[in-house]
Amino acid sequence: MRQARSLVLMAPALIWLFALMVVPCALVLALAFFRRGLYGGVEYTLTLENLALVFDPLYAGIFLHSVRIAGLAALIAVGIGYAAAYAIAAMPRRYQPALLFIVVLPFWSNYLIRTYAWIVLLNREGLITQGLRLLGYQGEAPSLLYTEGAVITGLVYNYLPFVILATYAPLARLNPEIAEASRDLGASGWTTFRRITLPLTLPGMVAGGIFVFVLSIGNFITPALLGGGQFQMIGNLVYAQFLTANDWPFGAALSMVLIALMTGLLMLQTLASNRARGGATAEPRDG
Amino acid sequence: MTTGQKTFAAAALMAGLMLGVGGAAAEGLIISNWDGYMAPDAVEGFTARTGYPAELVLHATNEEIMGKLIASGGKGYDVVFVSSPFAEVLNNLGLAETLDHARIPNVANLYPEATTLAHDPGNTFSVPYAWGTTGLCYRSDLVSPAPTSWNDLLQPSDALKGKTTMLATDRWLLAAGFLAKGLSVNETDPGKLAEVRDALIAAKKTLLAYDDTTFYAKLVSGEAEMVQAWDGWCNYGIAENPAIAYVIPKEGSDLWVDTMVILKASENKETAYAFVNDILAAENHRWAAENILYKVPNQPAMAALPAELTAQYPNMAITPTTLLGYEQLRDVGAATRDYARVVSEIKAAQ
Repeated sequence: MRQARSLVLMAPALIWLFALMVVPCALVLALAFFRRGLYGGVEYTLTLENLALVFDPLYAGIFLHSVRIAGLAALIAVGIGYAAAYAIAAMPRRYQPALLFIVVLPFWSNYLIRTYAWIVLLNREGLITQGLRLLGYQGEAPSLLYTEGAVITGLVYNYLPFVILATYAPLARLNPEIAEASRDLGASGWTTFRRITLPLTLPGMVAGGIFVFVLSIGNFITPALLGGGQFQMIGNLVYAQFLTANDWPFGAALSMVLIALMTGLLMLQTLASNRARGGATAEPRDG
Repeated sequence: MTTGQKTFAAAALMAGLMLGVGGAAAEGLIISNWDGYMAPDAVEGFTARTGYPAELVLHATNEEIMGKLIASGGKGYDVVFVSSPFAEVLNNLGLAETLDHARIPNVANLYPEATTLAHDPGNTFSVPYAWGTTGLCYRSDLVSPAPTSWNDLLQPSDALKGKTTMLATDRWLLAAGFLAKGLSVNETDPGKLAEVRDALIAAKKTLLAYDDTTFYAKLVSGEAEMVQAWDGWCNYGIAENPAIAYVIPKEGSDLWVDTMVILKASENKETAYAFVNDILAAENHRWAAENILYKVPNQPAMAALPAELTAQYPNMAITPTTLLGYEQLRDVGAATRDYARVVSEIKAAQ
């Protein structure tokens, strides 16, 4: 009877997931196999040309560029996030909850507002320029906003907490006696980190990095706002197909490839989380 | 409907029901317009004047409302505000009502020029609501010499590099390139499109950003010094800083026209006609000119504008004759897809 009870308890979540996730995704994906009507809309003739078009050098190039931006964002977030998590885990236990609270604090404000805050900071007449002028800087204002760097900065900033949370858990659960044993056997601090700590927490790092990558590659708000529309990522391309080009089938085909890529990576992440759980007896920290 | 289509439609309907999103309910008139594009009390006032219930819904872009209308076959809306090329599409798709002018007596308020517009001579399926030009909006206190040509935007002087913006919407972004090269704003020849694409890619390297919505604010803050702008939006900059000026480059502009279209599928045609007629009443239409600072094609409405307004915002005084001298953006049919691709190429170029 336990099985029946679990089923009843899971039913609302399953219905929710099915109606709001599986069905809409399936409808969008089905669109990818039809032809676009002359004035937008969909002609119900089966075709594979939309999927083929995804691999056209122009669109494949936009895909690769997105992979590069999302990859850089993930690498930088992992670098900064891991260091922060390491520092938090090394603090006395009683301070750690407060520090983790500070890490997730930005999530209390809206994503758009957090992104706009960067515009206020980075624009040519923004706070950074004004700050420099106060310090006596006279030259031309630096061009910080509407650059690829601004886009990557925005992505790293918004998704950093995910890396900190994903790497903090294995770091905090690390048995300190293992590191002590390593030192006792004559390993230096760096060797201990490289040979003991890093391998044991690597799955957490991978999981955090993949999270940032997946969230970044589908993002379209950050490149639109911080890139000034000059850096087209795959999310912007999908947005344009649905909302400006009115080419829903091609937009669906692009989404299909993107969803496939994300699904593959999230499966890798699950694998990494499972290893993290087994390896360092860390509790899973999802999202 | 083919069987496949039926199955798909049924599945979509199921999903729609499960999501609780039916079409707009058929109670009262449903009007779709851009946010803030008519008086805040236009709909309430209409109901008060005529007794007909009406509801306003908003669309952010032409493409957004077109997507909905095409998907629903024009059902769920009675009157929509769209730019003229999109009105043409609605007409080509058979979704636009053929207008019975006897039911819109206020159509007599339109300038004669507004009844001969190339996209719809005789206003058979659309009534113009606002019209204007696209040109250069710039800080006259910072830009010297004053710009005179589209090439001043596409190939800016060193001092202006990184301080210009262009519109991001496909048609207007390309229009800047077409006009700079002396081409039609509706050019579809692939060779010429490629030429314009290359010019716009070169221009991209000198841009601050593509911007459709906040370009005038960038001028006010000094972040940008010259932007491609619709004349009405340049006025929002002028309102905050009188040093901001608007110029139509010597190669010309496009003539853009935003229109009202009644949907053929409307179940409230009587009310829909009454609404269009109500908007065209001089005092109602004047509101748009006075408050949105867009020119309206309504003779008595424009004649009633205070003189200070046209003095402060010189582009409000552009005459209908001048406007008609510019080419309208037209629906380019299958070439829309080429336009979208060229714009993707420009935006993806590094």
